[in-house]
Amino acid sequence: MAKVFIYPATSLMLSDLVARFGHKPLGSALSVREHIQAGGFDSPPLQITPEDPKKGLHWAAVEVPSGVRGRMSLYGPLIEEAEAAIIIEDSDFAFGCMGCARTNELLIFLLKQKGIPLIELSYPKTKEEGVTFVASIKTFLAELGGGEE
Amino acid sequence: MKEYNPEYVGTETKYVFVESPTTTPQDLAIAAYEVAMGIMIKETCFGVQVTGTPDEVARVVERLRKLDPFHVFIKDRGFPPGDERRCRANLGGSRPGYLGHEYEIGLSRFISHGLKETDTMKPEELKKSAQPFKREPPLDIGELSSIIKEET
Repeated sequence: MAKVFIYPATSLMLSDLVARFGHKPLGSALSVREHIQAGGFDSPPLQITPEDPKKGLHWAAVEVPSGVRGRMSLYGPLIEEAEAAIIIEDSDFAFGCMGCARTNELLIFLLKQKGIPLIELSYPKTKEEGVTFVASIKTFLAELGGGEE
Repeated sequence: MKEYNPEYVGTETKYVFVESPTTTPQDLAIAAYEVAMGIMIKETCFGVQVTGTPDEVARVVERLRKLDPFHVFIKDRGFPPGDERRCRANLGGSRPGYLGHEYEIGLSRFISHGLKETDTMKPEELKKSAQPFKREPPLDIGELSSIIKEET
């Protein structure tokens, strides 16, 4: 069972397909869960601690805005763990503020830098593209080995 | 400063979405309660949320997936159900993250079709079907401006 980073990290479809074909999807929910169950928030409902942007320094330089570094404290450990990645190009719903946009760019850059098996796809817009989409992911995951086909 | 007491420590929550002509969220909820054995099930408009220890949750969601394998989609959730930071009962308006789900559920019919078609395919057929599709590039800005000039 390989750990597969999914981008967009909140994607329902990628998370489902990776788990369905016997691998572990690494999405933002895992980091968020770990974060909120650990405690340490001084002023709930704030969901980030002053330590998080410091942790983010491991993946982003000090001149990078703290919003990006804070996000990287969630995504960075997942990227370290990832053994493969699935990226959806131009995914409309990953659109967000500048913090999100820059973090997304950094995420894709780091995944490509890491040299792990990676597949880039687009969201399907027809039934035929749906077959291609699922077949591409299924083939990619099967090549990683260790799944439950 | 308010003390922060994390809730449901050691549990995980999974969303189970259904977009099917034959299975409803209510069907999922009833099936989930049948095998729940005390873990938390929350029925929603799109399916159910299951909260419990990782083993228990895996057992329940696998049961739910079998109800309608090509139309049930499962993903992890970071927050437990009803968390004040996410629950729309406290916030008003859509729950953060709802728009993403709404967008992807709109594509589920294509994915469901893909799952059904690829289910019986052999590895060679899968490879053949896995050729990446290329869309036509968006309209060039220069071309667009020339069209506008022609029209006006």
